[in-house]
Amino acid sequence: MLAFLIRRITQSAVVLLVMSVLVFVGVFYIGNPIDILIAPDASPAEYARAVRDLGLDKPLWEQYFIFLKGALHGNFGNSFVYNEPALKIILNRLPATLELAFTAMFMAVFLGIPLGMVAGIQHDNWIGRNIMRFSILGFSLPTFWVGLMMIIVFSVHLGWLPSGGRGPTTEFLGMQVSFLSWKGLTYLILPATNLALFKTSLAIRLSRAGVQENLQMDYVKFARAKGLSNTRIIGLHVMKNIMIPVITVLGMELGNLIAFAVVTETIFAWPGMGKLVIDSIGVLDRPIIVAYLLITVTMFIIINLIVDVLYSILDPRVRLGDER
Amino acid sequence: MTTPLLDIQNLKTYFYTRAGVVKAVNGISLTINKGEVIGIVGESGSGKSVTGFSIMGLVDPPGKIAGGSIKFKGRELVGQPESQWRSFRGNEVAMIFQDPMMTLNPVLRIDTQMIEAIRTHEKVSRSEARRRCVEALAMVGIPSPEERIKAYPHQFSGGMRQRVAIATGLLNNPDLIIADEPTTALDVTIQAQILSEMQKLCRKTDMALMWITHDLTVIAGLAHRVAVMYAGTIIEEGPVQEVLDAPLHPYTEGLIGSVPSRNKRGEPLYQIPGMTPSLINLPEGCPFRMRCQRSSDACLEVPPVTVMDDGRKVCCFHPGKQS
Amino acid sequence: MAVQNESLLWQAIKEYFESRVATIGLILLAVIVSVALLAPYISPQNPYDLMSIDIMDSKLAPGSKSMDEAVTYVLGTDSQGRDMLSSILYGLRISLGVGVVSTIIALIIGSIIGLWAAYRGGKTDAFIMRTVDLQLSFPAILVALILLAILGKGIDKIILALVIVQWAYYARAIRSNVLVERNKEYVEAAKCLALPQRRIMFGHVLPNCTPELIVISTVKVAGAIALEATLSFLGLGMPITKPSLGLLIANGFKYLQSGYYWISVYPGVALLVLIVCINLVGDRLRDVLNPRLKR
Repeated sequence: MLAFLIRRITQSAVVLLVMSVLVFVGVFYIGNPIDILIAPDASPAEYARAVRDLGLDKPLWEQYFIFLKGALHGNFGNSFVYNEPALKIILNRLPATLELAFTAMFMAVFLGIPLGMVAGIQHDNWIGRNIMRFSILGFSLPTFWVGLMMIIVFSVHLGWLPSGGRGPTTEFLGMQVSFLSWKGLTYLILPATNLALFKTSLAIRLSRAGVQENLQMDYVKFARAKGLSNTRIIGLHVMKNIMIPVITVLGMELGNLIAFAVVTETIFAWPGMGKLVIDSIGVLDRPIIVAYLLITVTMFIIINLIVDVLYSILDPRVRLGDER
Repeated sequence: MTTPLLDIQNLKTYFYTRAGVVKAVNGISLTINKGEVIGIVGESGSGKSVTGFSIMGLVDPPGKIAGGSIKFKGRELVGQPESQWRSFRGNEVAMIFQDPMMTLNPVLRIDTQMIEAIRTHEKVSRSEARRRCVEALAMVGIPSPEERIKAYPHQFSGGMRQRVAIATGLLNNPDLIIADEPTTALDVTIQAQILSEMQKLCRKTDMALMWITHDLTVIAGLAHRVAVMYAGTIIEEGPVQEVLDAPLHPYTEGLIGSVPSRNKRGEPLYQIPGMTPSLINLPEGCPFRMRCQRSSDACLEVPPVTVMDDGRKVCCFHPGKQS
Repeated sequence: MAVQNESLLWQAIKEYFESRVATIGLILLAVIVSVALLAPYISPQNPYDLMSIDIMDSKLAPGSKSMDEAVTYVLGTDSQGRDMLSSILYGLRISLGVGVVSTIIALIIGSIIGLWAAYRGGKTDAFIMRTVDLQLSFPAILVALILLAILGKGIDKIILALVIVQWAYYARAIRSNVLVERNKEYVEAAKCLALPQRRIMFGHVLPNCTPELIVISTVKVAGAIALEATLSFLGLGMPITKPSLGLLIANGFKYLQSGYYWISVYPGVALLVLIVCINLVGDRLRDVLNPRLKR
């Protein structure tokens, strides 16, 4: 177990390093950063001085190390737009994104898995078929389009829910969250549902496939031969078998959710990291872009690591090893 | 004559598939009495497993029991509501399957899986149920059962797993155990052990046993009677020793003849010529007709069950002479 | 005794059409594709021809006539006065084109890499697969975001981004397929006949992977189209001069609240229908082809 952990952590560190190189090269080398930082009408002297000040005259690999050192200390430079440390700005917006992502995940798990199981059991009748049709829609429709439709229907047309922004927040565990107040919730519902759509459909499809596959297995027949009720067979025997793969896939998708929040945040003007990045890309605020990328990638790698470990804990075959 | 424990009359179990109707069990009749051990022998596809499933009511769509009757202690099983099937399964009749790795749920502990078998039929406390499970495990020869009951299936060897399955079957003291090729996946020494243990158990508890297998040699030492199945019908039935010593049906004869130990050294192994017929397109008349050396025009009719003077049954127009 | 003499392909085709929904999907898809291909010929107006649009006609509701009463804008006009129907037709063309082209390129590149990994085995295989796994574990949108942030806008850059996002999927699918097939008996038989490696690979193994590839790529085209639309919507993909459906939707976004819904909604519907049809077809193909594989 320990060996496994060490190996995975080392791998992750390597990936992170590679990513940092790629990001650095991509953002600071391709596309001339100098032109962004210096006014176009600067005199050659000012130009030269700016270059020296920003360290842009040093060889590339040296620039990279300076960057890396800074990154390890959490210093990504100041945002060109806000003129504050990029990292601080990103971290400020992180809770909003996380709230969105976790709410979406919650919905996917607690709505998607049961629906998928129902679809798997009742695959022949209209309930099962309609659940599957819904999941196809949720899977294939571009998130942004659905978000648009949601705004049109629920906001413009029906006027039930606000069309954008984040509602009043309350303090919770040192962070600002919106789900603790009713008003805050109204602002959270649409974007969270929008973001959750894809994952919920995924959860439905996975659970359904899992249920169908497991219902064919011998242990189900044996369980029936023991005279167990269907509720117990599905609710315990099958459920435990499908939980493990479904949760691991969904867990890995958490990183995806955080990344995808970019779209939802843009549509619903939700003040999270994603929206910040899109805006920053528009104005080429490079420090923010870099900080965002590296933070996201790091979170991603950590999440994957945790999920991997979780999987080996949950599956008794992996955890206890085969005695034979 | 006391009511037989299990009385199957003209059972037909068909599978309605896209390609056609598969007549897996095509009119079999069989009785089992209390405490009897009966062997069902046949090749794969002969319908023996489906017979077992039919008795348990575990035939899944697209299959269903298409006709006939199965009476258990005089009570008709065919057509009974699912709730009655459920209280019947695992309680009055238990079934053991072939591959214990897949019949035990890999993510649940053994005690969970055994305790639930008791508590689904009886209202007992968990500790009482656990006590009975430990007892059952000890009875089938699992060492340190109180410890091992907390383990997961993959932590047991194949033979042990099968014993766990058998123990689970015994938990509610069923009157009949249906064992569907339980030792096929195990190696020969374990197989022998389990066989002898089963025998002892049956004698001790007066439990009936239906042992389904393709292996004649297994039946020889174990069963009182044997029924030979071919293409969905029972083509011969009788006391084990008599059937093995003097088979009446040409298929039984061929089956016995093809057992390697029966063949002379240095000579090519005997094989019944031809192949089993498709269960969707059964040939006219006797299902064995196309491969039989004794077949004649009479065999174009389905042979009825002939009861010989000594009580043995056979479905053949040319039954072998008894030596 | 009736023997099934019909070829497997014909059987598959017949089975496909047994589903009403899938048949409708296929027909709709065919219509959409033809319309998209014929866009320059059948659309009432060329929305990129600055001479043909009149700013006075902007934001007209569907069904209104133009200022000079010459044309009826069936689906209304956008903020620049462009006819929505024409914009949608051209947009479909671009969305579909970008999706299909990027999928095909990704398919080819991914397959080559996957095949190579499967046949070289050992360290090459391990290295390639690690890269594939890594690539796949990253959210597509993140990768595309990074690439487009660096590269900027443009149709070729979007195709490049889409290819980079997708190739790994094909590489992995082909590789596992090849490994499975390679172990099957018919390859042993071919080897016994001393057929050269390349012949075995292309003549025997690859054809058996084809059904699965067809299914995967069909569904991936829809995914590529959706991804491109999302990126364009975010302002990262197609340039204004060649708007795909995603960009069209983005353009209309700000007018939603004021009630000019048609500028976003109609392109959205077109996108929706396109994607749903492709997915329906792909799903049905999977249902029809996979049991064949298992047989």
